[in-house]
Amino acid sequence: MKAKALIPLAIFIALVAFLGIGLTLNPREIPSPLIDKPAPDFALPQLAQSEQQLKLADMQGKVWLLNVWASWCVACREEHPVLLQFARQNVLPIIGLNYKDKRPDALAWLQEGGDPYTLSIVDAEGRVGIDYGVYGVPESFLIDGKGRIRYKVIGPITPEVLEKELLPRIKVLQNA
Amino acid sequence: MARRFIGATFILLFAATALAATPDPVLEARVAKLTEELRCLVCQNQSIAESQADLATDLKRQVREMLAAGKSDQEIRDYMVERYGDFVLYDPPMKTQTLLLWLGPLLLMLGALGTFFWRLHHRDNRPATAAAPDEAALAHARALLAGKEEQT
Repeated sequence: MKAKALIPLAIFIALVAFLGIGLTLNPREIPSPLIDKPAPDFALPQLAQSEQQLKLADMQGKVWLLNVWASWCVACREEHPVLLQFARQNVLPIIGLNYKDKRPDALAWLQEGGDPYTLSIVDAEGRVGIDYGVYGVPESFLIDGKGRIRYKVIGPITPEVLEKELLPRIKVLQNA
Repeated sequence: MARRFIGATFILLFAATALAATPDPVLEARVAKLTEELRCLVCQNQSIAESQADLATDLKRQVREMLAAGKSDQEIRDYMVERYGDFVLYDPPMKTQTLLLWLGPLLLMLGALGTFFWRLHHRDNRPATAAAPDEAALAHARALLAGKEEQT
């Protein structure tokens, strides 16, 4: 009889445990099915020199970061100083994917805030963004020398994300 | 003459724009049906069809273009899943990761039914019998009743 009385309490504790786990998850972070898959191909005009293109194949053999950004993106402003700092360390090429932006706005934004990118490419209609499964800016893809996506950061890169998530993975990939 | 010419030009222009703007109703119906099944990733409780988010508009355009190019519904679903994962489907497929999602409600119901029948089977089956009143209590009751009658 005593044991039976404890059943509601047990159910309650289980429920609280599940809800507690739920609180630590971020429903906006949808795991990308592209991890460890070949990065979708692209050939896009560069932001600074629109007559020149950058293709995925141009990055072959390098470990690099594809950072999706836009001048209209608020969270990108938060991420920007972190990227600038990171770029100064020259750890790897950072390619900016200027997503659904206006060219003058994008150029002005880089002029004002500084340009952390090795170069930026322009995805004005967001088609390459769809291929990469971009659904919120900023997003960043870590791509290895064989052109596979190895890690994705959804939302701004914070110093913590950089230190704990990105740098260790970059080291492993660069030593591979 | 010139005025008539201008008028005719306008009519032709209107006709041309109207034609260009009139969407193919069969195609639009397919677009509408398919985008109902796809979840908007920005506003996660809306379908791509309902959502006004920028990405949803782009994905609607993508669906329309792919359908117009002769792709089947399933090819388009696969295309979306390749990029955004099963999350993009309101009707996710059954596989090991989604097994609990699909079978969870069934398991809960089986559990509830099991408990229900177990309790039904094991409960006290003796008919509830009213405890026989003893004589003293009866006498007391009668006295009370009698007393009550006297008072009124």
